[in-house]
Amino acid sequence: MSKSQTMTDSEGKEHKTPMFGGDFDIVRLLLEGRAFFALIAIIIVFSALSPFYFSLNNFLIMSSHVAIFGLLAIGMLLVILTGGIDLSVGSILALAGVCAGAMMQGLTAEAAGVILYPPVWVVVLLTCLVGAAIGALNGVLIAIFRVPAFVATLGTLYVARGIALLMTNGLTYNNLSGDPALGNTGFDWLGFNRLFGVPIGVIVLAVVAILAALLLTRTPFGRWVYATGGNARAADLSGVPVKFTTVMVYTLSGICAAIAGLVLSSQLTSAGPTAGTTYELTAIAAVVVGGAALSGGRGTIGGTLLGAFVIGFLADGLVIIGVSTYWQTVFTGAVIVAAVLLNSVQYSGRRRRSAGSGTPPSPKPSKPS
Amino acid sequence: MSIAAAHQDDSGEVVLAARNIAKSFGSVHALKGVNFKIHRGQVTTLFGENGAGKSTLMKILSGVLAPSSGDITLDGAPIEFSDTIEAREHGISIIHQELSLAPNLSVRDNVFMGRELTTRTGSVDYAEEARQTQLLMEELEEDIDPLTPVEELRLGQQQIVEIARALSINSRILIMDEPTSALSAAEVEVLFKVIRDLKARGVSIVYISHHLEEALQITDHAVVLRDGVMTAYARREDIDLEWIVRNMVGENFDLGSPPEAQFGDVALSIDSVSVPDASGVDLVRDLSLEVRSGEIVCIYGLMGAGRTELLEAVAGRLNLTGGRVVLDGEDISHLGIAERIRRGLVLIPEDRQRDGLVQTMSVGQNLSLASIGAFTRALFTSPKLENEVIDESIDRVHIKTSGGSAPIGSLSGGNQQKVVIGKMMATHPKVVLLDEPSRGIDIGAKAEVFKLLAERASGGVGVIYSTSEVGECLSVAHRIVVMRRGRIAAEFGPDVTKAQIMAASGEAID
Repeated sequence: MSKSQTMTDSEGKEHKTPMFGGDFDIVRLLLEGRAFFALIAIIIVFSALSPFYFSLNNFLIMSSHVAIFGLLAIGMLLVILTGGIDLSVGSILALAGVCAGAMMQGLTAEAAGVILYPPVWVVVLLTCLVGAAIGALNGVLIAIFRVPAFVATLGTLYVARGIALLMTNGLTYNNLSGDPALGNTGFDWLGFNRLFGVPIGVIVLAVVAILAALLLTRTPFGRWVYATGGNARAADLSGVPVKFTTVMVYTLSGICAAIAGLVLSSQLTSAGPTAGTTYELTAIAAVVVGGAALSGGRGTIGGTLLGAFVIGFLADGLVIIGVSTYWQTVFTGAVIVAAVLLNSVQYSGRRRRSAGSGTPPSPKPSKPS
Repeated sequence: MSIAAAHQDDSGEVVLAARNIAKSFGSVHALKGVNFKIHRGQVTTLFGENGAGKSTLMKILSGVLAPSSGDITLDGAPIEFSDTIEAREHGISIIHQELSLAPNLSVRDNVFMGRELTTRTGSVDYAEEARQTQLLMEELEEDIDPLTPVEELRLGQQQIVEIARALSINSRILIMDEPTSALSAAEVEVLFKVIRDLKARGVSIVYISHHLEEALQITDHAVVLRDGVMTAYARREDIDLEWIVRNMVGENFDLGSPPEAQFGDVALSIDSVSVPDASGVDLVRDLSLEVRSGEIVCIYGLMGAGRTELLEAVAGRLNLTGGRVVLDGEDISHLGIAERIRRGLVLIPEDRQRDGLVQTMSVGQNLSLASIGAFTRALFTSPKLENEVIDESIDRVHIKTSGGSAPIGSLSGGNQQKVVIGKMMATHPKVVLLDEPSRGIDIGAKAEVFKLLAERASGGVGVIYSTSEVGECLSVAHRIVVMRRGRIAAEFGPDVTKAQIMAASGEAID
């Protein structure tokens, strides 16, 4: 994570855009670190407005809300870095929760006439596998069958949600705490317990974030992800396995969504088929607010986490000071538009710079004349 | 005889005159003060190699580009075009070399795109548009239904549509940039007939073509450009093919000479390879070629000769319909790009922006992209080892940069090209394929690129590079192979002349 951050910083120093040239370093600093400054501003404003906002306990509670979106956003970042989009994460989250719920209620093995109660770690593992399978399906559709990512994941959005509804008949699994007699207790540990005072959900987010940051900055796969999103044709000719990379990012996004589903249903100790509706949009918003380019190739885990916190802390802050949920929607939307606006200012500045000094529009036509 | 003098005492009414036109793209000077005249009812043909500035000049005359300096007079009055629409209103239209049709629309809709005919109620008058399109098609002797979607036409017919669109505007000046590159011989005859009709109606034509012989048939005035400067002007009756070729290629800029080398074994063997296009027509037909280690082979050919397709197929990007590719005695035809790179066969693509560089990455990350495995230990990449690879590459191909972390956009075109070359060289290849390695870089950088190739070859690497500039054949290559319509038309040693190469390519038939 730290490496990717310094990368952005050094890039920023290299790029003295004409617009914010030489003496206006402060403007560029604000622009580069906008998610961070936005978060600080949100904390200051709400702390002033409400006496309950600025407390460690409130931050931890808000963070455990952020954990859900943060997990989705990390998977989404991987996908967006390759230039794709994953609309199915909200549905995968719901399906994962429902699968976990079904397993906690017991699996009926018809032939043997017994009901199986798998231990919690098995439930967690199988649920992640479900998420991975749907993600892999997305990836295969997109990479191998060349279905546009938007359409493929829109399809799985419906399919996954539909399966979740079918499995539960539209109802919700309550009471996921298990039974000591059956040896499957502990599911609510994920959502309720704390380690050193920190909610487990937040710790899960931190661990996933660190793993993802390592993956992106320190492994060949991470380099493949950035290269695929930056220029898939050039990456392909350089020997990058573009198709494998594409399938993998959707698979990882599916796993992240399944983990988010586990944390959410554990926090609620119930699993409903309508959970996580429109969460995919919040995840995309977090990635964009975090400075990633939807066209691919640019973005960091650190930025995405900041984006998730900006959106989460803003939403919870509005609740705490008692603003109506309708206004919350308006504010969230405004923040997203502002973020995208700043993104295009930042990246178009770069493009202009590179157009000016680096690659002149070829004086030669693209075909021999 | 002075060129300017020749231009001055020329007879005939001048419709348009361009004076001291210069155009720069960043540090690249595409045009350096060109004077150019167009005469009423006559054909002025522009000759010149790739990058001589022909297309740039035409884009300025038709309002696509604005000149950096210089002025244009139309009918004796100075004029400035802010865009193509304004130029069109003054009666100047252009048939672009790259087709600018909307493939999803019909022939009729394309012909009238942007200036739709309307009925009195303001709706589009489709019937009238279709009728006029039909008339144009009849004039061009082409049996195309106006309602056919353009994407269903073959390339030559699409070019006819492009021509029909320009004709429908009733221009006074019609610029044709390589209008015949996709036409059959019969279609070219029809086009020439149309051009003669237009001349008779007083329309002035500016014509650009690589097919010199063909162009001479309709030329009234010949203008030769070289490196952004007008080097020669003459009336048709005073010149012949030899005059054009001599003025086009000019004196040699020294791009190096073939390195003295002992060739090793055959490094790469291309064995009866055929490569199809999207519709299954072979662009490369049953072609065989060998390169030994330490040898530099140049492939020369016109646009559409199949050079790019051949190199991309050998590198593994395109599929073969027949034949095989053998590297170091092993058949690698079934392997993917990554595996071919691992075994020592790399391609440096023609279009470095589209296929060569990842613009979102730094110089260093671009340089190390093809050799990530070399600095990966267990699961993780080592920044220290990566920096060694990067610094070595910057040093090896002499990239002028502030360092590996500089953004790729901060480099000049020539240095960007060196990054693409350096990236593939970092994989320690045995055979290097380069598709037009000198495209879009200035002459100094060209010489450096060829020097690099010579250095690599001396180190035992087999090199194949393609070019469409005849001057570049006669640089570092030990052997020059001329491709024409997907086949090898001729093979020469380094002592061949430019005229011989051009004759073999079909450019100048004698």
